[in-house]
Amino acid sequence: MMITATATAAAMLMLLQQAPAEGTDWDAEFGVEQKQRDPVTGELPVDPYEQSNANAGAAPYDSAKLVADFGGREGIARIAARTVDLSEADPRIADIFAAHDMVRLKRTLGEQFCFLLGAGCDYTGRDMRSAHAEMGVTKADLNALVENLQRAMGEAGVPFSSQYRLLAKLAPMSRDVVVR
Amino acid sequence: MTLLAPCLAALCQAAVTASVPAAAETVPTIAFQPVIDAEPVIEPVIEAGAESGSNPQLAVAPMPLDHAPTRRAIAPLDETNALGGGGLRIGKVDMFKGGKLLLTNGISTVEGSSGGGIARWATIGGRQMPGGIGISGHATAVELPDFGWRSYGVAVGFGDRLELSYARANFDTRDVGALLGIGQGYTFNQDIYGAKLRLAGDVVYGTSWLPQIAVGIEHKRNLDGGLVQALGAGDDSGTDYTISATKLLLARSVLVNATLRYTEANQLGLLGFGSAAGEEYKLQFEGSLGYQLSRRAVIGAEYRTKPDNLGLGEDDWMDIFAAYALTDNLTLAAAYVDLGSIATISGQRGGFLSAQIAF
Ligand code: HEM
Repeated sequence: MMITATATAAAMLMLLQQAPAEGTDWDAEFGVEQKQRDPVTGELPVDPYEQSNANAGAAPYDSAKLVADFGGREGIARIAARTVDLSEADPRIADIFAAHDMVRLKRTLGEQFCFLLGAGCDYTGRDMRSAHAEMGVTKADLNALVENLQRAMGEAGVPFSSQYRLLAKLAPMSRDVVVR
Repeated sequence: MTLLAPCLAALCQAAVTASVPAAAETVPTIAFQPVIDAEPVIEPVIEAGAESGSNPQLAVAPMPLDHAPTRRAIAPLDETNALGGGGLRIGKVDMFKGGKLLLTNGISTVEGSSGGGIARWATIGGRQMPGGIGISGHATAVELPDFGWRSYGVAVGFGDRLELSYARANFDTRDVGALLGIGQGYTFNQDIYGAKLRLAGDVVYGTSWLPQIAVGIEHKRNLDGGLVQALGAGDDSGTDYTISATKLLLARSVLVNATLRYTEANQLGLLGFGSAAGEEYKLQFEGSLGYQLSRRAVIGAEYRTKPDNLGLGEDDWMDIFAAYALTDNLTLAAAYVDLGSIATISGQRGGFLSAQIAF
């Protein structure tokens, strides 16, 4: 009987509650700010941070041959974009990428690769620790990303030893990216 | 009706449907909308009062079959949760899920540990990631001019921390058996129980100058105790203690390994341990250098020093190897080995073939 009474009371309560009006602006109701994509770059705004090439996480190479192996700046940008596309579609790690701005990531990741390979770009993104904070990236996620990058570089015809030279710059950054 | 308040939307439907005949006229309608899956649900139109005796207000639409949660619930098990692609999850532990980069679980040694075929490495066997359990098994054949040597074993890896291994080695003396007076085709057998604990570092990631470092033991039990003692060995069982450091130098595509082994084993223990004359533990060195040609292929060379407790002219070993990861789970290795003099028979150079499966 007790249970019946409680249940009936709960049901009554539900009936009494007024349904919110149609077309309620829930974002305004809860103070959610809708981020607008930049009309030119198509990127979402990010919180301010100090820009510096030091954010790229390592010193660049100085080798024209290495840059040529990657197909110059354009080749590097394509490899970075392809890596992001592959990762977005990779069931192992897609969830981590889903909630983030892939337009920006393609640009900043490309800048980072370009800077590290010594192809003469500046890196304008965040440092590795703050870019991946609270993402909960595991070593398995990192391996998945590395495999996608290897695939992108392989498709672009980058020689294996040159692929590993880029990975040599990125691998130590695992300390700032991987949390468990 | 007592179930209504606490139950979830999907369950409610079943409860409501079930309680229809008993329902009184004042029964409240519970409206539900899928809130998690933001997919439009096409609600089938139900004619009021079509079913005789039912309350029109209560005519709850049956959950459409293409409703996302329904689809998930009735979806067949795919390869991400069947054993194989995604492994098996027991509690918080991923079993056999894999995740390691190709070749970074090493090539099983003849003693059953993850390594380079002959030298022990600091790597942990199996393809598991931290928090997972993996397994690997190997079969190795070494064909020498006068001997045939086989090794079979399994290793279980616990995350990137611990490896437990077992291997069985059978060493066939063939014609030399008769020559040595122990019998044509006499075979020495040995069981090897290994454990390896990673202390620090990572073979691929982290600080570039810090290798993966592991300590371990290999407890060996020779199954021909009487004979090896007659040959002059002091004991038929013994334990090796090892410390290994392994790093993949990405900038050079080179893998480097160095292992120190404190051991009293004669020919890895196949000829017993120490000597009756009082020879005991000595420190030995195992080194490997590998050059990675592709994600799947690596070539390299190894060197392993050995003691000569029995005074039979036991030599250091070396090999030149090539390994290929045929699939994520199957790695084949082939090597040219120079094992020097074994049981006084010198010039034991030959071929090494090994298959390793790992999950
Ligand atoms: C050492 C390895 C890694 C490097 C060098 C790296 C590099 C970068 C760079 C340069 C950015 C751009 C930061 C910015 O735009 O300010 C970034 C962002 C991001 N990374 Fe990584 N990353 C690594 C590992 C990973 C892994 C393993 C994952 C997940 C599987 C991941 C997921 C992401 C995501 C989702 C973003 C977007 C963050 C945002 O826009 O808020 N990264 N990473």
